[in-house]
Amino acid sequence: MARIIVVTSGKGGVGKTTTSAAFGTGLALRGFKTAVVDFDVGLRNLDLIMGVERRVVYDFVNVIHGEATLGQALIRDKRLPNLSILAASQTRDKDALTQDGVGRVLEELSREFDYIICDSPAGIEKGAHLAMYFADDAIVVTNPEVSSVRDSDRVLGLLASKTRRAERQEAKVNEHLIITRYAPKRVSKGEMLSLQDVQEILSIPLLGVIPESPSVLQCSNAGTPVILEDKSEAGQAYGDTVARYLGESRSLRFVEEEKGFLRRLFGG
Amino acid sequence: MSSPPSAATRPLICELKGSGFTFTVLKIFDADIARLGAEVARRIDQAPEFFRGASVIVDVQAVAKDAWHLPELITMLRDLELVPIAIRGAGSAREDEVRAMGLGILGESRAPAIEAKPEVVEKPATARLVTEPVRSGQQIYAKGDLIVVGAVSHGAELLAEGNIHVYGPLRGRALAGLRDNRSARIFCRSLEAELISIAGYYRLAEDLEPAQRGHPVQIHLDGENLHVLPL
Repeated sequence: MARIIVVTSGKGGVGKTTTSAAFGTGLALRGFKTAVVDFDVGLRNLDLIMGVERRVVYDFVNVIHGEATLGQALIRDKRLPNLSILAASQTRDKDALTQDGVGRVLEELSREFDYIICDSPAGIEKGAHLAMYFADDAIVVTNPEVSSVRDSDRVLGLLASKTRRAERQEAKVNEHLIITRYAPKRVSKGEMLSLQDVQEILSIPLLGVIPESPSVLQCSNAGTPVILEDKSEAGQAYGDTVARYLGESRSLRFVEEEKGFLRRLFGG
Repeated sequence: MSSPPSAATRPLICELKGSGFTFTVLKIFDADIARLGAEVARRIDQAPEFFRGASVIVDVQAVAKDAWHLPELITMLRDLELVPIAIRGAGSAREDEVRAMGLGILGESRAPAIEAKPEVVEKPATARLVTEPVRSGQQIYAKGDLIVVGAVSHGAELLAEGNIHVYGPLRGRALAGLRDNRSARIFCRSLEAELISIAGYYRLAEDLEPAQRGHPVQIHLDGENLHVLPL
């Protein structure tokens, strides 16, 4: 049976899809058969970020409605053979998703894959609800600012009450926190919440901190998951994050302000 | 048959309505009239004003079907200025006798255990304990006290008819003493609340003393004023 991971946040634009693409690619790099599923029906983005937008024939909604088989709709990544993408439909809306349908597709994927990443849409409505409903693990993506943190807090409340595990009173969904767009310089100026502040409010284990980095946007535009960029700090940070998820111990990087040339020279 | 006059033109002579009343039920466990009379008299003495002329329903379920003597029982009660109006649990064999005395017949009670004591003692609600953090958008209601071990986030709401205790930071709303329980209090380790309220009297975050923000406090109601005291 596959492990189902939802990447969620409540707020939009915090890096859910970037994280889904990077995390799924990271697991595939480690040799796991991984599928990344886009739940953002109507605002399909995952295929762009993963560079497969020209190869989408059938999508998630087609599979739910029986218009295509899963085998026809899954797009295999050209770089990593054990990574597959299930795109969202651009022409439909979230009502095209049904709980039964999503359950059936995830169950079928579970037979073939080790990990299924569910890329949740923003908000807390139907699409987001169905993305988290079947999850075993949740990755909550937060930016270090108050509105994002509060929305994540709301989502954590839903994870504890509105998922299949909660309804069946099974072990609760494992919650992990990823803080994205972290800029230590702005934190020390007081323009951004520190990771301690965020952790204090959300009180769930921190899986990773991804620094603000121009390479994230460049990679998105190029359709390359940022984790494949060895030189990018964000890519390295995602690598650490995947390692921590798999139980390895990695110390946090890129969370302290980089010392300037003179201060490095004279210490301080 | 002539058609009935319309309701508008016909004078109102009577009306039949269903209505609920509270009656005193005298449940007897002993059919001996002398012992029973003495005990009823003793109880009436404790609140003579309340019982004078009171209508009572006599519940005979607890004694043997043929043990009680109806005319003696009714005479005894009338002598004590009570007005027996019906017998409950007479049993089908003795219903005609009851009817002949001009009394009503009530069926057997379905919950004899509770009927045994007329004054219903409400079981005190136990405290509700919450060990998970209370997230934004969650609402928790307690019929008694509410104890939250972790944090209460912005946008979360605690509602309790009793006291509220919060051991993590209290950042959301806390409303204690619902249903007009003015003696309820709020206790917290770190006051960062958006709103606090006791029995409907509330204060917003901006009305709280800045010096008390983030500090351990207790909040109680004095008249119409909420007092925030350091712990």
